[in-house]
Amino acid sequence: MMAKSLLKRGIGVMLFAVGGLLAPLSVAQAGVDVPKLPPAKGASKCVEDTDFMRRNHMDLLKHHRDDTLRLGIRTTKHSLKGCVECHASEKTGSVAANKEDFCVACHSYASVKLDCWGCHATKPAQKSAQKPAGHPSAVSGSTRAGGDK
Amino acid sequence: MNQHENAHADKSVDTLTTDTATRRDFLKAGAVVAGATLAPGVLFYGVAHSRPAEEPASKAVRWGMLINTQKCGDGCKSCVTACNEENGLSGKTGPQDSQWIRKVDIRNLQTGAHHELPMLCQHCENPPCVDVCPTGASMKRADGIVLVDRHICIGCRYCMMACPYKARSLVHEPLTEQKPDVPRGMGCVEACTFCVQRVDRDEAPACVDACTQAGHNAMLFGNLNDAEGPIAKALKSMASTEVRADLNLNTGVRYQGI
Amino acid sequence: MNIAFREIQAKQGYWLTMLVLGALAGAGVLSALYMEHHGHIVTGMTNQIVWGLPHVFAVFLIVAASGALNVASIATVFGKTLYKPLNRLSALMALTFLAGGLMALVLDLGRADRLVVAMTQYNFKSIFAWNVILYNGFFAIVIAYLWTMMDRKGSPWYKTVGTFAFVWRLILTTGTGSIFGFLVAREAYDAALLAPMFIIFSFNYGLALFLLILMGLYKGDNRPLGDKLVNRLRSLLGTFVAASLYFTLVYHLTNLYFTKHHGLEAFLLLEGGIHTQMFWLGQVLIGYVVPMAILFNPATNGRGWTVIAAVAAVLGGLAQMWVTIIGGQAYPMDMFPGYAVTSGFYDGVVNAYSPALVEILLGIGGVATAVLLTVGASKVLRFMPERLDDETLVALHGKH
Repeated sequence: MMAKSLLKRGIGVMLFAVGGLLAPLSVAQAGVDVPKLPPAKGASKCVEDTDFMRRNHMDLLKHHRDDTLRLGIRTTKHSLKGCVECHASEKTGSVAANKEDFCVACHSYASVKLDCWGCHATKPAQKSAQKPAGHPSAVSGSTRAGGDK
Repeated sequence: MNQHENAHADKSVDTLTTDTATRRDFLKAGAVVAGATLAPGVLFYGVAHSRPAEEPASKAVRWGMLINTQKCGDGCKSCVTACNEENGLSGKTGPQDSQWIRKVDIRNLQTGAHHELPMLCQHCENPPCVDVCPTGASMKRADGIVLVDRHICIGCRYCMMACPYKARSLVHEPLTEQKPDVPRGMGCVEACTFCVQRVDRDEAPACVDACTQAGHNAMLFGNLNDAEGPIAKALKSMASTEVRADLNLNTGVRYQGI
Repeated sequence: MNIAFREIQAKQGYWLTMLVLGALAGAGVLSALYMEHHGHIVTGMTNQIVWGLPHVFAVFLIVAASGALNVASIATVFGKTLYKPLNRLSALMALTFLAGGLMALVLDLGRADRLVVAMTQYNFKSIFAWNVILYNGFFAIVIAYLWTMMDRKGSPWYKTVGTFAFVWRLILTTGTGSIFGFLVAREAYDAALLAPMFIIFSFNYGLALFLLILMGLYKGDNRPLGDKLVNRLRSLLGTFVAASLYFTLVYHLTNLYFTKHHGLEAFLLLEGGIHTQMFWLGQVLIGYVVPMAILFNPATNGRGWTVIAAVAAVLGGLAQMWVTIIGGQAYPMDMFPGYAVTSGFYDGVVNAYSPALVEILLGIGGVATAVLLTVGASKVLRFMPERLDDETLVALHGKH
């Protein structure tokens, strides 16, 4: 089971790499299969060059996840949350709700299994869910309770 | 954490801003300004912290919590509700559901004395869950917060066997609609994080805020290493208890009144 | 005179056995896939009983695997040449039963798909991580050991590798016992005694299974198996069962002496319902009393009786694992000594557990896999002496 999924993954990575190399040469032929990605919101540019992101986003994410979780570094440039905020599709509001959504479109094309969305939110934080100003969890929430001793 | 001024809001802002030079102290002073406008006499939480996003958590800080069981009571579950809301837990209480914080009732078998208290991950200095974890997924951050790295958790549940506080839960079914700040998913073990996402942006854990909101003020959160901070002072001035003190784990959560 | 080893014959009985075992093993794997897809919600395991029936079977098989190697160790390390014809089967069973146990253990993981993480990332303070290394090392060493038995080129290393394998297996079972022994939080564990106790249990369970497989294979393949050898193994099993009883006695007597453990002992020995029954009827009566009554009684030395004794020892072993693993978790942790505790998270109450079918199938699947691999390997390679009748053995060793 394990070996099979590894094999699948390996083949997927190879196909993806080959596809990536050929893409500029043969857009016309490959056009049918190449995923159409929904446009990103907000910023006109990604945090890195598109080509760089295509090949290296997994390394950036992996590095960032360890920095954030293990060290407590909370920069946002390479955070998965940042990806989701920009790349969630208009239609579903998500990066992985259906086959056309940003992450799934490419990953199913490349046949690389995604292991992010079992735990991580695929949609940006809801604006309505944010606490209104003056709620204790905002500024005054920083007060220590029990300080009246 | 060197020459920390005690950040009481009633201190003169001028004194603080003039006799300090470091960035941290500058931030601290800023915090006092903000705090001073809110409620006199209330201690400011963010003072010792104010860590920039690119700076890792520091060993100089150790986050801790002091729970006054005399003030906790009436079957109030505000802390539990707030935790579920903040971290996206369902709030269900079946044997297979996750609970990061729970209310525990204890009654002394000899005297009949009754106490209520919230039980959560005790964020031990020497956590058994971290000791036993085969992959290193159970880990303690530099500032003492004990976390599960779900990226390498294999779901063996040995940490759940090892925890003396029953603080950990396995996610037994697929989850959807997680909070962006609180990733959690099936097959991995999880527990209270001291609301690390809030702590890292200078807020107290959700349970502590909720307890204050509910008017109980039974939970105090802060930096145990800050000798002048309210939690260290409180711990120094009155008796407190570690649950399972016999194990000598040096818990980050301590109790008064039991 | 040299003894001749032969593959077993692929007759109808062989294929039927393989078919049944294959179906059981397959059912185990399918159960695991089902659990993997739906999560542990489909099992009886909870946040209170975090390890369930798969662990009962898995730990039993792992402990038995190290014990199965004992027959080979007696021949190699202690120079009892009577056992030497059995050493290949003994080493084979050490491999196959470990594989079956690990299968049940690994397929129960919350994230079984991350096995590669378990194999590559180690926290060296964790006895679990050490066990991963010990299990992998055990496979390598026992395969090398088999090579020294089966290939002439390896034979100069036979004694060295065999001794190393013996030491390794003692460390391995120490590691398995310490998975529980190193748990400071729970009253039933947290005892150094668990490590040596698990070693003694391993002698018992491993030999019981070895006897059953040996007699089964010889009967199934119509090969002669003499009383001389079987009776030796019989009395050895009796000794190991008695030693297991002794360790169980010491464990409970120690707990009974300490006031703080009286609650736990009252639970296990008197008030624990299914766990108490598992202890008295399963572990003690079926696991110790029945086998000893048969094995130490000259009137019951027939093959049928030996099979009953060995089966009883195996069932008793499973009951012991139930009491240790499930009973140990069912008893509430004493967070506040001197207080009665209640909460919405099952504090202060005896935790209920009823295993789901998927867990039972996964556990049995592990056992089936172990036996399947053993029988299958005996068909492919020469693990079993052609004859083990008394005359052959006397010709080999004289009449001891």
